[in-house]
Amino acid sequence: MKIEGKKRLWQQYQKEIAGDRYFYVRSCVRQNFFPGAEAVFLKIMQDELGKDVYENPAHTSCTGIGYHCDIVPFDTAMTVVARQFSLMAEAGYENFVTSCITSFGLYSEVLETWNHFPEKQEQAARFLHEATGRPFARPSNVSHASDIIYKYRHEIAARAQYRLVNSLTGEPLKGVEHIGCHYAKMFPSKGVGGAEYPYVLVGMIEEWGGEVVDYPERRHCCGFGFRHYAVRANRGYSLSCSRKKFESMQPYKPDFILTNCPGCPMFLDRWQYVISEMEGKTYGPGNEGIPVLTYEELAGLVLGYDPWDIGLQVHQVSVEPLLKKMGIAYDPDGKYLGPGGKYLGRPENPANIYFV
Amino acid sequence: MPRWGYKIHEDRQVIWEEGDFSLVERIRLAEPSLCLCISCGTCASGCTAAQFTDFSLRRVIIQLQRGRIEEVRQEIDRCMLCGKCILTCPRGVNTRHLVLCIRKELSGDVLY
Amino acid sequence: MMTKTVAVIGGGPAGMEASKELAFNGFQVVLLESGARLGGHMNQWDRLFPNKRPAGEILESLYRNFPGSITVMTETNITSIGRNADRFILRTAGRDVIEADALLVCTGFRVFDAILKEEYGYGIYDNVITSVDLEQWFKEKRPVLTSHGRVPATVGFIHCVGSRDEKSGNLHCSKVCCVTAVKQAVELKEKLPEARIFCFYMDLRMFGLGYEELYKESQEKYRIQFIRGRLSEAFENMDGSLMAKVEDTLTAKPLRINLDLLVLMVGFLPSDGTAAIGSLLGLTFNPNGFLQPRDGHLQPHDTEQQGVFLAGSCKGPKNLEETLADARSAVLRIRQYLTN
Repeated sequence: MKIEGKKRLWQQYQKEIAGDRYFYVRSCVRQNFFPGAEAVFLKIMQDELGKDVYENPAHTSCTGIGYHCDIVPFDTAMTVVARQFSLMAEAGYENFVTSCITSFGLYSEVLETWNHFPEKQEQAARFLHEATGRPFARPSNVSHASDIIYKYRHEIAARAQYRLVNSLTGEPLKGVEHIGCHYAKMFPSKGVGGAEYPYVLVGMIEEWGGEVVDYPERRHCCGFGFRHYAVRANRGYSLSCSRKKFESMQPYKPDFILTNCPGCPMFLDRWQYVISEMEGKTYGPGNEGIPVLTYEELAGLVLGYDPWDIGLQVHQVSVEPLLKKMGIAYDPDGKYLGPGGKYLGRPENPANIYFV
Repeated sequence: MPRWGYKIHEDRQVIWEEGDFSLVERIRLAEPSLCLCISCGTCASGCTAAQFTDFSLRRVIIQLQRGRIEEVRQEIDRCMLCGKCILTCPRGVNTRHLVLCIRKELSGDVLY
Repeated sequence: MMTKTVAVIGGGPAGMEASKELAFNGFQVVLLESGARLGGHMNQWDRLFPNKRPAGEILESLYRNFPGSITVMTETNITSIGRNADRFILRTAGRDVIEADALLVCTGFRVFDAILKEEYGYGIYDNVITSVDLEQWFKEKRPVLTSHGRVPATVGFIHCVGSRDEKSGNLHCSKVCCVTAVKQAVELKEKLPEARIFCFYMDLRMFGLGYEELYKESQEKYRIQFIRGRLSEAFENMDGSLMAKVEDTLTAKPLRINLDLLVLMVGFLPSDGTAAIGSLLGLTFNPNGFLQPRDGHLQPHDTEQQGVFLAGSCKGPKNLEETLADARSAVLRIRQYLTN
């Protein structure tokens, strides 16, 4: 593979990412799936980088999941989105930052729709006014939270306590990255690096000392698929998509999987357990899985945050092998202790996959 | 093991390298015009058997070329050997002989 | 009567053939070429479809009896074209001034830049090349090997790269790539008898006499396999081979196939010269960026500008026979224009 070829493409897909004064909207599901991720983002932005990030508790779901499950009509979604933008303007912000990839995709889709069909924007403004009495506004910049971490990857590297380097061998740790379909497949120009060779996560891994391995099914969807997951009988579809990816990445022996989206880390993490139960197969060394991290969690580890403070104990695939490789000093006994030392309870040991 | 209520799906993607090309190699020696098929479907449209059974000589030929022997086996006996396809094939594929060769090979006779 | 002068813009096969014929018809000819030498794309080509005739023979024939009276100016870029009464005044970047009574635009085509089909990995994956690269290998008699120095066991030709593709902004069929793929597949099979060679196509457009015959021969004699399905994406495997994903549309299933070498059949686009000269002269472009004659059937060389004529592939994809015939036909039209 010729890295110069990728670099040439990456240069063509540079997007504008706002530098400060962010209006942050959360994901519906991430606080359940990976409860520390969003908190880490806020901590990095506010405590480490001193940026102004504002949240309004009155913001709602963007309806992206409902929209992609065919239960929320697009006109409704546009009106809900218009309300979020209105909340942003009311608070005096212009830079809209989403925690969720599907939200990012939906906001981008709505704005593109308004650009191409001004009557749809007028309609959304009218619906917004009729439903809430709020004034209509548009953001001047929409970025995904990973775009911002990417933008400040050098600053994070400068404060790094740990690097993505095997502390015993000195070799770079190998990561595979998965950006999530709605980040750039619909609008390649809105993703850092484009859709085919996205750079947003690659940039972080490289900056923090790791090495990215490209594998044949990298572009394949994790299989979340919304309605496929929402209906239990369809979950095999989601599971099979993730499995296709694991089978393809396994020969490259990745030390971790880095993800961008709320759904992808959930499925890439949990399905490893399900596959181990169904087929007895695991994808890491021995019976280990491949640890799956969100970009905020990875940034948190690099910055030296306690893995249990950033929620890594709720991952299905144990992250300890990665922590050891990075040389992170962690307290094994603290894993299931919450704030104030409160015991959180310990999950049952799975039969076939390494679990601490 | 938990009751999941769902399972791993069989992948529909055909992996070329998993095809068994031994049959097509042998048939090709017996009937080289096999290679000339362009999948136009003329054979299947006028086919006696295709009107009342799920038989398509076009599909049989493509499955043979893709190394999907099981699919060939399931279909090949439906041909009635009337010869309509040999009459209409624009590429001059000797379809009737081709069917006979496939049947012979699949029944265990070795042509070559 | 003073000898009339024709400026021929573009020194590929159309420009060379037209210049010769114009000179034989008694006109003064100035042949302007932006490149270093005449012959255009023929210089890069090894053999021609459908009969695998060496491209050098055509070049030789174009140079044979090339009248010394023709003023040939290579590495010449035209910066402005003005008019003085019925005469054209052409200025070049080298500050030459050329006067002419008629202009013949033979600015031709360029090939699609395969880098733009990002998902095919040209310029990124080690073993993805274009049809132009492969032809160059043939011409240089370079052994066909993978980037790792192995003889490829499987080779895939991908048709319609940058043609018939809205995502590339090109709606047109480039017309000559189908038969070129078949020709190159056959040549490759002659060099690599053990290799399995595949063509992945949407439609096969064997429009010329002898093309269908070559296609048939490629199936029967060379055992090239044709799979109707368009490449959605390619990926590099650990060993540097490519994993290609197509739908095998005739079995209606997604297909994954490993290929040691992937050849992209790059399409036919208007050259930069066609775009530049067309703009300088205010000519009409068709939606695909080629120059539009006044009437494709009845006035195929005329333009909206009096005294400006078109020939060759600046008007759209053409094979060499059509290009040369078009050039000769343009000369007849110009003679009619200048002698009446």
